[in-house]
Amino acid sequence: MSYVIDRRLNGKNKSTVNRQRFLRRYRDHIKKAVEEAVSRRSITDMEHGEQISIPGRDIDEPVLHHGRGGKQTVVHPGNKEFTTGEHIARPQGGGGGKGAGKASNSGEGMDEFVFQITQEEFLEFMFEDLELPNLVKRNLMGTDTFKTVRAGISNEGNPSRINIIRTLRSAHARRIALSGSSRAKLREAVSELERMKREEPDNFGDIQALEAEIERLNARIRRVPYLDTFDLKYNLLVKQPNPSSKAVMFCLMDVSGSMTQATKDIAKRFFILLYLFLKRNYDKIEVVFIRHHTSAREVDEEEFFYSRETGGTIVSSALKLMQEIMAARYPTNEWNIYAAQASDGDNWNDDSPICRDILIKQIMPFVQYYTYVEITPREHQALWFEYERISEAFSDTFAQQQLVSAGDIYPVFRELFQRRLAT
Amino acid sequence: MTAREQKRQPLSTGSEWTFELIQAYDREIGRIAKRYALDTYPNQIEVITAEQMMDAYASVGMPLGYHHWSYGKHFLSTEKSYSRGQMGLAYEIVINSDPCIAYLMEENTICMQALVVAHACYGHNSFFKGNYLFRTWTDASSIIDYLVFAKQYIMQCEERHGIDAVEDLLDSCHALMNYGVDRYKRPYPISAEEERRRQKDREEHLQKQINDLWRTIPKGADKNSDKDNARFPSEPQENILYFIEKHAPLLEPWQREVVRIVRKIAQYFYPQRQTQVMNEGWATFWHYTLMNDLYDEGLVTDGFMMEFLTSHTSVIYQPGFDSPYYNGINPYTLGFAMYRDIRRICEHPTDEDRHWFPDIAGSDWLATIKFAMSSFKDESFILQYLSPKVIRDLKLFSIMDDDQKDDLLVPAIHDEPGYKTIRETLAAQYNLGNREPNVQIFSIDRRGDRSLTLRHQQHDRKPLGDSTEEVLKHLHRLWGFDIHLETLQGDQIMKTHHVPPKGEHADSEYPRLDLAVIHL
Repeated sequence: MSYVIDRRLNGKNKSTVNRQRFLRRYRDHIKKAVEEAVSRRSITDMEHGEQISIPGRDIDEPVLHHGRGGKQTVVHPGNKEFTTGEHIARPQGGGGGKGAGKASNSGEGMDEFVFQITQEEFLEFMFEDLELPNLVKRNLMGTDTFKTVRAGISNEGNPSRINIIRTLRSAHARRIALSGSSRAKLREAVSELERMKREEPDNFGDIQALEAEIERLNARIRRVPYLDTFDLKYNLLVKQPNPSSKAVMFCLMDVSGSMTQATKDIAKRFFILLYLFLKRNYDKIEVVFIRHHTSAREVDEEEFFYSRETGGTIVSSALKLMQEIMAARYPTNEWNIYAAQASDGDNWNDDSPICRDILIKQIMPFVQYYTYVEITPREHQALWFEYERISEAFSDTFAQQQLVSAGDIYPVFRELFQRRLAT
Repeated sequence: MTAREQKRQPLSTGSEWTFELIQAYDREIGRIAKRYALDTYPNQIEVITAEQMMDAYASVGMPLGYHHWSYGKHFLSTEKSYSRGQMGLAYEIVINSDPCIAYLMEENTICMQALVVAHACYGHNSFFKGNYLFRTWTDASSIIDYLVFAKQYIMQCEERHGIDAVEDLLDSCHALMNYGVDRYKRPYPISAEEERRRQKDREEHLQKQINDLWRTIPKGADKNSDKDNARFPSEPQENILYFIEKHAPLLEPWQREVVRIVRKIAQYFYPQRQTQVMNEGWATFWHYTLMNDLYDEGLVTDGFMMEFLTSHTSVIYQPGFDSPYYNGINPYTLGFAMYRDIRRICEHPTDEDRHWFPDIAGSDWLATIKFAMSSFKDESFILQYLSPKVIRDLKLFSIMDDDQKDDLLVPAIHDEPGYKTIRETLAAQYNLGNREPNVQIFSIDRRGDRSLTLRHQQHDRKPLGDSTEEVLKHLHRLWGFDIHLETLQGDQIMKTHHVPPKGEHADSEYPRLDLAVIHL
């Protein structure tokens, strides 16, 4: 006797735990692969997971087995031309499976173990232990904006929100209901009238009475209004508190002659990280690119990273422009403002104190977080020291770090956005 | 067969399956199987989705297993190749249990489902019930219970001792899993209830035995010196995990229990590893026979039969040695060809068959084939039944690869002088004893540094593979003291491995029991 059982509805993820165990065991490998992928991808290309490959050697489960060598005799199928006692040249690299024999174990032959992690997991690995500063604050307290959402149908409302279909439907129903009994009587009267006209055409009195009755009933039915006030239905909209889920990210970069393409590349990767990070936390993100040498300009991504200019450096020009854009386009009650500035530390000496002033007075009070990375192997210059004073004043929202090579980006990024203990 | 005349309505005409149809096919196939008196466990047919099949795959065919990263790895690689279409999933997985559990995949057509029912529920199932290795070494009725017990026990250990500790231990055990089986001794049947009941006693009992072995208080040193110097173990031990479980000096009782679980599971799979050709061949032979009978009775349509034959042909496809798809001999092909040939020898023997197989030529084929199924394992089955015709059909030839020679030699091909050699070589190829290096525990140093010495008896100068060092490290973790591995040719030591490597003997690094500890 056999039983047939439908198991399709049983949990299908029996291997989830084992998969998690695997990811847990190789998290160092995966993290490394994720970091490499981050530096490879474009700033907005983050819609997919990542293929992780781990060297086969690291992942092998060792067993005792025969290695190659010694005397091995193996039977193969499909002989074509060999005869007993024939000597044949040893094929190179075990081609055609010859000599591979039984002894070769699953460990060999697979150089890389490749598998896929989901986008979710990818970002999880990337932002592990990181938390956007002050994010919570704005999320919880940002109830100063509302959005209206539809919440069904109501009997009262603004004429501009009349729901025509629902209104006519209810008017139609009301008319049917109110005229129901009159219609029934009318039908009766009409058939009676026809019968009388046919059978008793001489009975004028009754016929006239009936005709009057029909007339009365028709008038009554006509009196039922086509549309009544209580037929009116309105779309109901309610206000919901809308925690601001928009963020704007200002990328400020020095493009003066002293910035090489390599330096800009490092800066780009840093901006990518920040972008990905914000993307994870906000529904909508806008990116504003501001480049500057002696004067600042708002540009698109391509121009920002790849066009070259020369000249001196006045950092305050960029800060001024940023301040103007903020004031014009990004009111702080709607937008979470983040800024990242990259430079090689060069600045017109008299300009650095001005930068400090602009930042402290006009920018820092409005932004969620401001990061400054200085990409240089050299000594710090005036700008760095001026910024240090800002970081004293706004220790929660301002951070600066130095980058020397591409390898430093991720550690520095982590440093900047290190998960802060809730204090 | 008279069935042909009384043609009946086919069971189905479309390719969609329903539960009623599966049941109908199972009923008919079961009826025909009864005609051949196939003795089976009751069947439990479970319909699952592709994802579930991948799950089943990943846990190496155990319906439920303890958690371990290696199964996750297995799952990831299956998932990847499946989602990229590089690999189809197995049509079926069948569990050696009572009732016999067979998984059918939702995506299959009714034809495939019927094929799987015939293959797994009557082929494999009767093999599990009939073959002597399975009868001796596994207990189908208790395996599910035991796996439940093992899973729970290991989960408890994880809670109590942490995931990492358990994972490390399992890694080490898995590395030695193939050396955790008794090859000659029949084990006690495992039963979950019994295990649970005995587990507590065993912990105490085991620990006591170990303490006896490692007792180091001098007692009348002169009198016992002979006995003390005797080698322990007195005979080389092939079951390394068993030895660890019983004698490793430093393991905690729960660790011994985990070693035992891995060992028991290895033992459960041991017969399967020894009967690949026979088992798959048997199941293939029966699905072929049963489906043809269904067709002869008019129960299936021509289209159904075409689909079946297509699948059947791809299952038994054997690429030649020079094909890019060649990956050794296909056990389905070899097994199927051999069973078919045994039937042929019984029913239509030629002079050659009478000469080679005087006892079975012309005998009752069903009895003969059942005897062949029940009383052999791959090695002896091939040695006994591989006929010249099968050797010729598959064009078998052997290649000798001697690393001291410049070229390869063809010692034998499919001709009169070569048959016997081919048969012996192929049989030896399926001997697990030849496939795995012969490594046994030779001795332990009871009075000195407690080191464990393994001996590898080399055969045909075949060396150990590259991961040997890693395996020895795992063994070192289990044993807790130095491990030595001696590779011998005859009595001559050719090569030695030491973990930790000789020379950098760091006493501090490797924990060691105080030599004068008294266990109460």
